[in-house]
Amino acid sequence: MSTDTAEPVSTYAPSRDTLGAVLARADRPKRPSALSASLTFGWRALLKIKHVPEQLFDVTAFPIIMTLMFTYLFGGALAGSTSEYLQFFLPGIMVTSVVMITMYTGVGLNTDIEKGVFDRFRTLPVWRPAALVGMIFGDVLRYILAATTIMVVGLILGFRPEGGLLGVLAGIALLVVFSFAFSWIWTMFGLFLRSEKSVMGVSMLVLFPLTFLSNVFVEPSTMPGWLQAFVQVNPITHLVTAIRSIMAGTPDMAETMWTLAASAILVLIFGTLTMRLYNRK
Amino acid sequence: MTAPAIETAGLIKTFGDNTAVAGVDLTVAPGTVYGLLGPNGAGKTTVVRMLATLLRPDGGSARIFGHDVVREADTVRSRVSLTGQYASVDEDLTGSENLVLLARLLGHTKAQSRDRSAQLLAAFGLTEAAGRQVKKYSGGMRRRIDIAASILNTPDLLFLDEPTTGLDPRSRNQVWDIIRIVVAAGTTVLLTTQYLDEADQLAGRIAVIDHGRVIAEGTPGELKSSIGAGTVHVRLRDAAQRPEAERLLASVLGTTVQQGSDPLALTARAEAGSDQGAAELASRALARLAEAGIVVDDFSLGQPSLDEVFLALTDSPAPQEVPA
Repeated sequence: MSTDTAEPVSTYAPSRDTLGAVLARADRPKRPSALSASLTFGWRALLKIKHVPEQLFDVTAFPIIMTLMFTYLFGGALAGSTSEYLQFFLPGIMVTSVVMITMYTGVGLNTDIEKGVFDRFRTLPVWRPAALVGMIFGDVLRYILAATTIMVVGLILGFRPEGGLLGVLAGIALLVVFSFAFSWIWTMFGLFLRSEKSVMGVSMLVLFPLTFLSNVFVEPSTMPGWLQAFVQVNPITHLVTAIRSIMAGTPDMAETMWTLAASAILVLIFGTLTMRLYNRK
Repeated sequence: MTAPAIETAGLIKTFGDNTAVAGVDLTVAPGTVYGLLGPNGAGKTTVVRMLATLLRPDGGSARIFGHDVVREADTVRSRVSLTGQYASVDEDLTGSENLVLLARLLGHTKAQSRDRSAQLLAAFGLTEAAGRQVKKYSGGMRRRIDIAASILNTPDLLFLDEPTTGLDPRSRNQVWDIIRIVVAAGTTVLLTTQYLDEADQLAGRIAVIDHGRVIAEGTPGELKSSIGAGTVHVRLRDAAQRPEAERLLASVLGTTVQQGSDPLALTARAEAGSDQGAAELASRALARLAEAGIVVDDFSLGQPSLDEVFLALTDSPAPQEVPA
């Protein structure tokens, strides 16, 4: 170890008195509830953001670039003007950016799990999924930050949602719920794959078709039939339709319910698979 | 509480084709320090990970204070703590944040967690470093915060996986002192180590592990006497006398003598026979050198090294450590 320079001349000597007093056996506190343990792990995620704030770059700069780039690239061609296009496009690019950011959950878990600290977490007598749920709680905060960033950029560029503040908040809430559920796919890959590079690779492979082959950028009616078929079953399409309707002030309940149901199913399937891998690791 | 702290029977773990643990039987009495001694890759860490509920055994059984590590994993977790080979704390967080986080997870309130954290940091001489990220700690400080994290709730059984590997001698002594105090407070300790002298210093009993098997078990004294060998180190005054001294030592000790890179030094194994101990043999060798008029400035009979333990037990030297 070459890091020994950090220690001033070590004069520490373990004392039988002070250390012995610490070791005196006291009544153990009751184990925390599942929620409390998860929130504590969420606090850990916040502390990590506090110590390494650069990691917020991908939830602020990346979404801004995505929004600006596509608005000015496609706006004139597809809708005649950028502000016209924005009314259609903004909810979609918000979904695309946030769903793409979910992959960092898997990348982060993969690097985290290689370190010894997860051994300690896994030997604690707490609700087993708490460490992972807490981690995703921290990520949810990043999703909210990214969604808010895009909304602010959109409003500046001329996006005018009919649904008002309430519609915008409800739309973001639905996106966050779906992204929370979607993150469990990446925790599974984060535990399953060997390196963070492979997690990245698989994430891209899934995310690119999922976000681009949807109704985010253009109306599916211009696409060939076979592609329309895919677009129609793509959960991103349903999510975008739901959010567009909510932000426009005319909530499409069917699409919203579809999205919520899809979220529940994602958590059920990938949460279970994740926990199985987590326990076996 | 009459159940042993640890009791395993035929414990097995395989990774693909590699059998890491090939049927280990251990019994560890409560309130003692038990040493698992072996080279890298012997299976020590795998045994510890199974006992700490981190790995599921592929065969055999393991009980901690009478509780099965698989079926009653949660009960086991409430009684044990693990300090792994690599820092089992979050390097991005400060020392104090780490302790408060873990205290909260153990069910302490916010205020209790802060108190407990401050108390532990003070007891481990880390109060000044409390607000610094653990990745900026020295090796010795990391070990201390790691052990502090393990005794947030005083565990009944503490696993220490190579607690002093990579530490300088002073930090190593600090860790040894801490372990002694922890045991005096009633905690059972399972210690893995590559160093015989560490096991000798701390452990009441030792199991020597190689290729996933226990190849010897007993008190340090029993092990050493069963090996029955020590290493004789001799330092002469006159380098010219070395060939003669080498010949005499070889004839008395009955083993080959090695010349050190120091032109004045000689090293040889003193192997105990049925009628005489290693020390007796060494003293005869020394007397013989004196008779021959060879001036000896320094003489010592060292403990057998881990390598010698392995030579004696397996007839093969300890597997070479592969640099990571």
